[in-house]
This record gives sequence, C-alpha cells and structure tokens, in this order.
Amino acid sequence: MNFPDDLKYTRDHEWCRLKGNRAIVGITEFAQDQLGDIVYVELPDVGDQVKKGEAFGVVESTKAVSELFAPVSGKVVEVNDPLSDAPETINEDPYEEGWMIQVELSSPAELNDLLAAADYAKFVEEEQE
Amino acid sequence: MRYHPHTPEDVRQMLDAVGAKSVEALFRSIPDELKLRRPLAVPPPVDEIGLFAEFRRMAGRNQVEHPPFIGAGAYPHHVPPVVDQLLLRGEFFTAYTPYQPEISQGTLQALFEWQTFVCLLTGLDVANASMYDGATATAEAALMATRLTDRKKIVVGAAVHPEYRKVLASYLTSTGDEIVTVPYGADGRTDLAALEKAVDGETAAVIVGYPNFFGVVDALPEAAAIARKAGALTLSVTSEAVAFGLLESPGKLGADVAVGTMQSFGNPLHFGGPAPGFFATREQNVRQMPGRLSGATLDKHGRRGFVLTLSTREQHIRRERATSNICTNSGLTALAATVHLSLLGKKGLAELARLNFARARLLRDAMKKAGFSLRFSGPAFNEMAFEVGDAEAVVERLARRGIAAGAPLGRWYPDDPRMKGALLCVATEVHTPELIELFAQSVRS
Amino acid sequence: MANPTGWKPSMEKGSGTAEGASTIGAGGGTRGLALEEPLVFEHGSKGRTGVSLPAPGGDFDPARELPKGLLRGEIEGMPELSELEIVRHFTRLSQWNWGIDSGFYPLGCCTMKYNPKSSEALARLPGFAAAHPLLHPSMCQGVLELMYLLERALTEIAGFAATTLSPAAGAHGELCGLMMIRAYHVSRGSPRKKVLIPDTAHGTNPASASLNGYASVPLASGPDGRLHPETVKAAMDEDVAAIMITNPNTLGIYESHIAEIAQIVHGKGGLVYGDGANLNALLGVVRPGDVGFDVVQYNLHKTFATPHGGGGPGSGPVAVNEALVPFLPLPVVVKEGETFRLVTDPRERPRTIGKLREFWGNVGMFVRAWALIRELGPEGLRRTAELAVLNANYLRAGLKDVYHLPYETDSLHEVVFDDKAQKDTGVTTMDIAKRLIDHGFHPPTIYFPLVVHGALMIEPTETESKESIDQFVEGMRAIAEEAKRDPEAVKAAPQKPIRARLDETRAARKPILRWRPGMKVE
Repeated sequence: MNFPDDLKYTRDHEWCRLKGNRAIVGITEFAQDQLGDIVYVELPDVGDQVKKGEAFGVVESTKAVSELFAPVSGKVVEVNDPLSDAPETINEDPYEEGWMIQVELSSPAELNDLLAAADYAKFVEEEQE
Repeated sequence: MRYHPHTPEDVRQMLDAVGAKSVEALFRSIPDELKLRRPLAVPPPVDEIGLFAEFRRMAGRNQVEHPPFIGAGAYPHHVPPVVDQLLLRGEFFTAYTPYQPEISQGTLQALFEWQTFVCLLTGLDVANASMYDGATATAEAALMATRLTDRKKIVVGAAVHPEYRKVLASYLTSTGDEIVTVPYGADGRTDLAALEKAVDGETAAVIVGYPNFFGVVDALPEAAAIARKAGALTLSVTSEAVAFGLLESPGKLGADVAVGTMQSFGNPLHFGGPAPGFFATREQNVRQMPGRLSGATLDKHGRRGFVLTLSTREQHIRRERATSNICTNSGLTALAATVHLSLLGKKGLAELARLNFARARLLRDAMKKAGFSLRFSGPAFNEMAFEVGDAEAVVERLARRGIAAGAPLGRWYPDDPRMKGALLCVATEVHTPELIELFAQSVRS
Repeated sequence: MANPTGWKPSMEKGSGTAEGASTIGAGGGTRGLALEEPLVFEHGSKGRTGVSLPAPGGDFDPARELPKGLLRGEIEGMPELSELEIVRHFTRLSQWNWGIDSGFYPLGCCTMKYNPKSSEALARLPGFAAAHPLLHPSMCQGVLELMYLLERALTEIAGFAATTLSPAAGAHGELCGLMMIRAYHVSRGSPRKKVLIPDTAHGTNPASASLNGYASVPLASGPDGRLHPETVKAAMDEDVAAIMITNPNTLGIYESHIAEIAQIVHGKGGLVYGDGANLNALLGVVRPGDVGFDVVQYNLHKTFATPHGGGGPGSGPVAVNEALVPFLPLPVVVKEGETFRLVTDPRERPRTIGKLREFWGNVGMFVRAWALIRELGPEGLRRTAELAVLNANYLRAGLKDVYHLPYETDSLHEVVFDDKAQKDTGVTTMDIAKRLIDHGFHPPTIYFPLVVHGALMIEPTETESKESIDQFVEGMRAIAEEAKRDPEAVKAAPQKPIRARLDETRAARKPILRWRPGMKVE
C-alpha cells in the first residue's frame, strides 16, 4: 500500500496536499481498496463551506456507502467534476487524478492535527488487526 | 404431515449426529420459565379434503356471480389464463429476491421488462421494480419530492383517491411536512384557481389523479405548469392503468413522477390486495428513488444479463439513511402484469382501452335512459359518477340481489351535500352490454 | 436469429460450459439445454397480438369526447407477439430461475420453506379472487370471516391482544409498529427521540426508525452473539422510545436475556419492538408476547409459506399488546354477533394511526396463510419449529469441522458460518456461494449479518428432508476440499448456469434500467 510522504492523512482515510493556501483533498489507496469498485461520488458545490471533521460528500461502491469527512475547514474553490462521469478514477489514481475537492483554508493551524504518512501507515496496520 | 418429511428414524439419526438427547433439548437456550406450557389455541388440523370443503363454504359466502360495477381503486378485468399458468411455474412462483443473479435471470429480466412497460405507459425515463401498492407509492413519491426540493409542503387535490391521501398523511405524521388539500370543481377536476393560490415557494410537490377518484381525467398539464412555475414537482396518480392505453402519458403532459397501481393488468381483485404499485420518474431523480432496480450488464464472458443495481439507495446498505425502508416488493404481481401487458402488446392495449371506453359509454347511455345523469361533467375514461338519489340505499338494495352497484361517494366526501346521491360506477370489458342494461334497470327499481 | 443478448457460440468455449463443468454436483447440478431469449421488446412482428377481445360495439369515438391533447394512439415500443411467442418467452425465462420447487434454497432469515399448492388453489377460488374490496358487507361475509379467524390465530400464536392485517410486508410492519409506538408516546406527552437497535439487526430496522423521526442508537452484541442487559441499561434513558429486537436474532441465536432487557426498557417507559422475521424457530415453543415484547410483526411470506417469487409480495401483520390496541391502523376486522365487519371510520377508533396502505391488506396471502394454519393445527405448528431447529443443528454438526463458526452459542433455526477457515486458500464467502450453484443449490445469505465478516447465513427450514441437508453438507465439504486443492476452480464459479458472474460495477456506473430501441450494453 502506498502512502506518499508529501501528503497528510486523517483517521477517516482522507489525504490532504498543501498548495499555497489551498488543501487538495481525496481518499487514500487503502480507502478505495476497502470500498471496492467506486460507482458514484457526491461532492459539494464550489463556494460551499466545509468544516473539519464534518461530512462534505459521499462515495459509493456497489456494496457500500461511505461519507467523506473534511480534513480541514474552509471554502470549496474547486471540485473535480469529471469524477461524476468516471468515478473509477478514484480507484485507479487516488492521489493524483482522483482528487476530489480543493479547499481554501480558513484555519491553517488545523493542518497540525493531521497524520504524517508513517503514522497513517501504522494506523492502517493497527486497524487491520 | 405432508410438508414435514422427517420420519422417526430420520429424527433419531439427526439427534445422534447433533449429540442431543431429544428435540426438546435443542431449545435449551430458551429459559424454561419463558416457554409456552400448553398447545396453541388454534383449531385442530384438517386434511386436504376437509380443508377444501371449509374454504369453499367461506368462499361461497362471497357474492361474485356478476362482475362488480365498482372501481374506486380496484378494477374488475379479464385476466387471460395464460398469465396464471405462466405465473404458477415453480421457478417464478417459488423464487425469491434475485440476490444471486446467475440463477435469477428469469426474475431479473422479467423485472427489467416490467420497468420498461411502466416507462412506456407513463412516458417517463425510469421505473422501479414495484411498490406495495398505489397508496404507499404516492406517499414515497411525496417523501422523495421533499428530499429533492428540500421543501416541506405537499399540495394534493381532494379528488385524489381518499385512501391514498390517508396513507400520505400517515407517512408524513412524523416528518413535520405539511399537507394542503385543494378542492375539486363542479366538473370533477381540481379547482385550478385554488391550486394556484396554494402552490408557492414552499411546495415540494403537487399531486393530481389521472384519472382521479371520480374517474375524471384531471387537469394534469395545467397543474404541472403551476407546479413548474413554483419549482415544485408534479406527481400523477393512476389507479386504473388501462387508461394509459387511451390517454396521453403523464410524462408527456408534465408529470415528474407517476405513481399508482397496475392491478388492472394480470391481477384479480383479491379483495384489495396484493397488487403491484408502480413508481416512475425522470432520469435525474433515480438516485433518490426508493425500491429495487433491475439493470442490464454483461457477465464475465460478455453475455448480456441483469442484476439488482444502485442498491446503495436501499436499507440493507444505507440503513438509517436509506431512501426508504422497503425491502420486499410486489414482484409476483408485477410479473403477472408484465405477462398480461406482453400478451396485449401494442395493438391489444389500445383495443382494450377503447373497449373500456365504449362499455362505459354504453353504461352512461343506459343510465341516462333509466333517468340518471352524470354527477361530473369532466372527461372520463371508464369510470363515472351518476346521480341516483340516495347512493347508499341503491348499493344496499342491489346487494340484496347479488349485484355490486358501485361506490357511494358520500362515504368519502360527507361534507359535500352534492355527493350524497353520487354513485361511482365502472364498466370494463367484463361488463357485457346485456349486463349493463340489466344493471341500469335495477338501479331504477 | 438476431441475438440482442450479445451471445455468440465462441463464448461457450471460454465459459467452461464445454469442458470443466461436466462433473455432477452434490445437489445434482449438471448441464441442461437452456435457451437464449431476448427481451420481449426485441422480437416479434408488426400487428401480432396475444389476446382475444370482443369488438367495442356502438359508435363511440374518444376523439369526440376528449380533447386531442389528452389522447394517445398505440404506444411505440410495446411488443407485438403472438400468444405462443409470449408463452415461450416466459417459459424460457423461468427456466433460468431457481425456486424452492427446483431445490434447496437455504437463504438465512428468509425462511424459504415449501409453498403448498393447495393454498394456491384455495386463494384462486373465485369467491376470494373476484371479491372487490368495496363490496357491501352482506356480499363478502366469507372473506371477512377468514380475515377475522386469521387475526385471532395470529394473535394467539404470538401471545398478544390483537393483530392488524394491514401491512404489506415485514418492513411495512416495522413502520406500522414504530408509528404505533410513537403515537403511544405522543399520547403520554412526547414522542421521545431514540430507538435502540442491536448491531445484528436487519437494515430495515434503522430505516424504519428514521422514517418515524427517530435516531438509531446501535448496541453492540456480546462475544456470545447475544445482547446483554448491561449494554441496554447503559443506553436506556427517558429519551428512548423503544428497543427493536429480532429474536432469535440474525445469528440464529436466542436472545435469552430478553426478559431482563424488556424490564430495563419498560422501567424507563420505553417499549419493546420485536422483528418477527425468525418466528419459524419459536412456533408453539415460546411466544413473544409472553416474554416482554409489546409489538411484533409477522412475515407471512416467511413463517406461513406464502409465495413471493420475484421478491414479493409479502404480508406483515403486526400483533400488539393491550396498551397499543387503540393505535392500531385501520381497518380493524370485528365480529358482531354472527356478522363480520371492517371498521374503517376513525370516529370509531379515535386514536388510530390511520391507514398505511390502500384497502385492507394482502388478502390473497391471508387465504394461503390461514390454509396452512388449518392444515398444521397446534401440533403441526410446534412441529414446524422443532424440525426447523433440528435441521439447522444437523447442518451445523455436518459442517463445523470444515467451516469456521464465529459463535459457539447454540443455534436455533439458522446457523452462521464464515470464510475464516478458507483464508489461506484465497477463497472467499462469495466464491463458496457461487460454487454452490454449480453443485445444484441456491447459496445461503452472504455478508449478513454485518457483525460477522464474510458471513454465510444458512436456514434450511423444516420442509427439507434429511437427504436434502446431507447433499448440501456434501457439497459444502466438497467446496472446502476444492478450495485447498484448486482454489482457481472455485473462483471461476459459477460455470453451469446460463450466465457466469455478472459485472455489478458496470451496472451501477452506467445504469441501464429499461429497454430503448437499439439498446446496447457496453
């Protein structure tokens, strides 16, 4: 399982890439593997506010539904629209093409609460037991 | 007992294998103090011959010699014997929910065909694999409208089936949604001026019958225009599905959701149930639609097949956030309708509808000759209300002669004095011209 | 013929239908002639019809009475087939299906027992089948009598005060039960806010709670698969309207702490709802009404063998104790002297929750259920539970050395295994289920209940013979062997039915939910 070092992670299996004052958000390789073939994703609109720890959308596979939780708070400034026609991108390329939303940070300090790659990897390993 | 194959020897061997001393011991996980200490107080068992005698006696106490002249949500139609004989094939009849698609392709393809028929008849894009009945389908459609619009008001015509409206009220008891009822006019259609006043930016849905409870073809296009202007959804409700063979589809006339029952196809009356409720809507609403869905796909060798799909809407996955709690549908009755609609086909459905229309005109003329005029002037399909003076008394009098006269509208509209004399009657392909003549004469004296 | 299904002879080679699928399965699963058959809309010829109708007679032209915009001609796309073509169409479709009449159908929690044929004949008696729901009471005393007798029997069997026959299915019954509970609490000042639901519950339970505006509070079952009083005590307060319990639960285990749990819930003014899906284990042995339940829904299509081909219809009567009787939905069937009547006027029952469906109930199912109760009698009902439990335990004994049992606790009428013992082979519950098909069995319920990872929930029911269970055990043991020896063969299953594993991802990503001209699945 790959957990890139340049990303930060949450215990709900979202990742976060910092780009200036923005956070790009998606779900980890572990999450997409657990879900199976993703068939549908529901994302917020540009301009919506998201709050750290609260659900901002839903991802569905044929057998499961999972809420998506915001790793940080702020305003949604970009949404990966092509995902609605090609949700399988999340399975194929969860960290690059499979990004979901971009958030303009309202409280950059929240980034300190996120996990580093090594800590997330350990968390996943513990969950598996 | 013929359904219990176990011989005493079987039981002995099986208890041995389990390592239990007696069958009673198998229930040791139930605390003794909770157990029932006497036999159940139900009648002693009866053999098959006795069973048939007993049930024939009970069936004989129901007077069904003549087809009833009652519609009001359940319609007497001829069901070709082909339907039953195909339905009774054990592989259809005794199958269950198609959880294992590889050995349920019969059920799944038949449901796909049902879904298609519902779309063809209603003129909408997508339909589910059936609901419990028309009333619950209507309630579920209203709930879907509140989810889609994020509004809390449902505007429903008083001419929509009273049973459906009561069920709607029950379903919305705990949701905090408001139901506003709009009166009907002298012609039996929804009062459009009143509708216009009632519909606003808080309205999630407008519901009209098509035809409505009075058998009148309600003002669906006008109601849809009013709804659309306010950003509300239009729901059409149909209990007599044969009407779809003559009337324009609700989808074409502006309905966003079409619900009702397809009992008229393939299903006998059965004293009101079971029957297949139907639910059809526009493509963009599919993820908010309740109920099961059969979808086309390919197997791993590239052959086309069918599976239950978009299951994440449903209770077994979404649980408390499901679009509905519905699990079991009305599959067998939907299959019966599917077989019947296949038999009818393009020509037969149109012919059947015209035949119903004609028989209802024969009834209208015979009643006119006997001195009874129509209660409502609005356009009708096969069901009409006649002014007979005291409708309840007529029903009672004809019952003594073994004729089911119709539905006395005053029973559901006690506050409208004009309804006391209104008798709602249907005439379908099963009512012969002779029977219709006899009926009209009987109503007179 | 044109093949809109996409079938080509070359597909048979790779699918294992030619070779590799020639061994006869433990349930007699072998090869047979199955015919490809397109959708009913995909063949036929212009002008064909399958019905025989009289001429309309008279000179009534709809165009003279109805405005043009409301009229429609023949519907484009409707099929045009002769009667024989339709008969062949549906006959072929049926041949692709599995039914209880075909073979073992051990779906856990579904109670797939034999559907008696005499019940069919009786339900079709014209006196029942042709009765309009709005017949004058003097014209339908027979069917009203039957409904009354069924109501009395169902009330007695579950140990309550009265039963409503109205709900159309189990989930509908749950909705009904929770609505009555809510009305009860409202009558005492407040609906309350929460419903307690064990983690073994069927998904309809929390969904039904939501529909009544309640938040579902999940309760963890113990390591023995049971709900423990301490867990309930910790969660119970005056905001809890009810607890919903399935007993025996979905693990097939009797919730033996039920009396104490009921006391805890009642102690804070809450009510105990029973999901009666598993009543088959208890008939004549123990009654929910005697152990603390306030309301229980039946599933006639499970316990009383009414047919539900295609996934329905069901029938979900709800039995209630004295306190909930005023809230029963309408109608209620009553006997006055020697006459039977349906009470439909809310003025006669002012606290009713109202109506939950059109007309009176799935009467067609009532006839069948009552016929079975009449044939079984008190001893037969009890024997049903005894043999259902014996069959499940016999099956459990036959498999427990080969498949992992997540709970050692006693099973009643169904047993849950999982795929832990097959972990090293890479063969999963899904693969085992699909391989069972090749042997000639319908798979059990899989991946439910959720508390067991990779669950295989098996409910044989009492109508299966010892030989039937022996064959199934043989098949399951053969698969366990094959998983060790040749896991790829198991994973390639099923190979014998008309279709191999179907692509559910494609069906969800690109939904095709109806036929359209030129329909193509890619």
